[in-house]
Amino acid sequence: MSAVPGESQAAEAADLDSVCRHFGISVEDYLLPSRGQIQIVDEGGSLRPAEDQGTEPGHEYPLPDDETLLKAYEQLVIGRRANDQNSALVRQGRMAVYPSSHGQEACQVAAALCLGQNDWMFPTYRDSVAVMAKGVDPVETMVLFRGDWHGGYDPRQYKVGIQSTPLTTQLLHGVGVAHAAKLRGEDTVVLAMCGDGATSEGDFHEALNFAAVFNLPVIFFVQNNQYAISVPLSQQSVAPSLAHKAVGYGMAGERVDGNDLVALMAVLGRAVELARTGSGPLLVEAHTYRMQAHTNADDATRYREDEEVTAWQAKDPLNRMTTYLKNKGLLDDAVTERIAAHAEDTAQALRDGLNQDPEIDPLELFDHVYATQTPQLAEQRALLADELSREGDAK
Amino acid sequence: MSPHITTSSEANGNVSAATARATERAAERAEAAGPRPVTFAKALNTALADAMEADAGVVLFGEDIGTLGGVFRITDGLTARFGVERCFDTPLAESGIAGMAIGMAMNGMRPVIEMQFDAFAYPAFEQIASHLAKMRNRTRGAVDMPVVVRIPYAGGIGGVEHHCDSSEAYYAHTPGLKVMTPSTVSDAYRMMREAIASNDPVVFLEPKKLYFSKDPVDLDALRTEYEAAAAAGEHPTEGHAAVARAGTDATLIAYGPSVSTALAAAAAAAEEGRSLEVIDVRSIVPFDDEAVCASVRKTGRAVVISEAPGFASVASEITARVQERCFHSLAAPVLRVTGFDIPFPAPKLEGFFLPGVDRILDTVDSLQWED
Repeated sequence: MSAVPGESQAAEAADLDSVCRHFGISVEDYLLPSRGQIQIVDEGGSLRPAEDQGTEPGHEYPLPDDETLLKAYEQLVIGRRANDQNSALVRQGRMAVYPSSHGQEACQVAAALCLGQNDWMFPTYRDSVAVMAKGVDPVETMVLFRGDWHGGYDPRQYKVGIQSTPLTTQLLHGVGVAHAAKLRGEDTVVLAMCGDGATSEGDFHEALNFAAVFNLPVIFFVQNNQYAISVPLSQQSVAPSLAHKAVGYGMAGERVDGNDLVALMAVLGRAVELARTGSGPLLVEAHTYRMQAHTNADDATRYREDEEVTAWQAKDPLNRMTTYLKNKGLLDDAVTERIAAHAEDTAQALRDGLNQDPEIDPLELFDHVYATQTPQLAEQRALLADELSREGDAK
Repeated sequence: MSPHITTSSEANGNVSAATARATERAAERAEAAGPRPVTFAKALNTALADAMEADAGVVLFGEDIGTLGGVFRITDGLTARFGVERCFDTPLAESGIAGMAIGMAMNGMRPVIEMQFDAFAYPAFEQIASHLAKMRNRTRGAVDMPVVVRIPYAGGIGGVEHHCDSSEAYYAHTPGLKVMTPSTVSDAYRMMREAIASNDPVVFLEPKKLYFSKDPVDLDALRTEYEAAAAAGEHPTEGHAAVARAGTDATLIAYGPSVSTALAAAAAAAEEGRSLEVIDVRSIVPFDDEAVCASVRKTGRAVVISEAPGFASVASEITARVQERCFHSLAAPVLRVTGFDIPFPAPKLEGFFLPGVDRILDTVDSLQWED
């Protein structure tokens, strides 16, 4: 991926020491995150002067090129549209549940786009927009939430882990994928995602430590959206930041404004290139906000104030990026219309796919438990088949 | 460091040559004194080595299994022979071991992981029950999970708490897992080879009291036998119970560490003129209803023996299955001899807990012989 920023900087890096030598900083300064969040485009959509971007020596991030930014912006618009379309489909009873990433779309898009063709992504249940941005068909992505199966896509085809609801367990699966690739001499990078609450889980610790000890090319990408359902970050951790947790594993940590798509592309882009060159795993914490309730079944007014939500509204990743690109002259009416049309195509595909009742075969329940069906399951399958045929006769 | 894994075609070439040599050696030895005694541990070690030789995707990892060769030495010499990329120590974290194995399996490897002791596997339970067991189903059959979880289990060695659990029910109760437990040296080899070749996850329970038991076994012949069966697409142990001792009056159904106890009970019963058949379940999941029920229909009486606490146990499941299927052939209710429903006792008390010959014979005596 020639468009990935930071590629030239990291090209010579081979391990942690040489990375530090390359940047001319101590290991401690490399491992520790910047003192503040990396922010390249401010909340009003203006490019911040380089000295105000929150960077320290060795933590400078070059601006991604226009083509990269425009492509990312398009996915951002599509992602917002998909989130809102999916929430509407839940209200219309077409899906059982949808954990929306409304407000977090910049993180979603950057996670998918910083990766190359052969790189893997391991999403959480809230990362459907990232799953789609990595190339999975929108309707296949929604199968879990439509409720006709636990997952709707082949992880190996798309190099996207299958979404499920336990927390942080998927980080270890990402570590395993990276380990297998490394043993075969492949240069696959894995980006494994979790939220702020999930950093309290034991598997978070085990995954980061395994990746560090085996020096695996894994980016741990934490979307700190401030809440684990109702519990605020202050009750999860008193660390200076979640990115600081990296240091304990001998891993570099970084924190970035998670509503600044430009900064995310820059930071994750460099992280992927560093990981690919063999310098080990990295932890990137993105500060963002879950604008809506945990799911449609949740009532966020029970645990947070409207003023807080309104304050974050002003930091919206989409408005900010639109202003920035317009001012940069990259977003004329024709481009805006083209992108809006693409977003509408995705929304249409979601509506078409989800308004159709899925074909359900109850006997498939027995088909994927084992590679070869056991005699016991064959017996149980026959029992259900018999029930179904008698039901059919009765009708 | 640039680890290189040979392709499976290269590896297969090596195996064919090795097999030819092995067959020759086996033939020479058969003419001489017959096979020498081999430990259960050595049979497992040889099966692991042979599987690694045959398939470059087979990787072993766990705690203390590299340089040390495992606390029971089951992986002894494998790091030296295959390199640290193929047999390695991990940080001390069981969920990490199981979770990483799942990812490696998703990406084309066949991990064989070791949980150091039965009760130390519990931190890995979420990964095993929620992901390893369910990944194939969740992905609608798109992803194989060829992972073997090796667990030294059960008591009889005077171990301290958390070193003697019989944890099979947890795994057997989880759809998507296969659960195997060998009781003989030959089966240790055969079943490990089959488990590694399985495209589904196998919880492989190794009765630790048997690790250093010996049988005269020709490992080269076993290798040849396994390869022939595999080439024919057969799996002689998975889903297949074995008749460990033939008999006519009643059937003792046992697995893993309880098989030797059942055989001792059958030998004692024979002296008193009662002929007991002993069935070695071997494959708890998938379970061999056919072989177990064939024996019980023949004898008309059955006792199920297991070390695990009896309540809601594998022994309970077997008892229910036999009763459901063999009701008209039964002369007495199917009875169980199991561990008591208490935590595994301290070393000096385990003898009171474990099913022993006397308790089995007393139970056999109560199978309504006079009615």
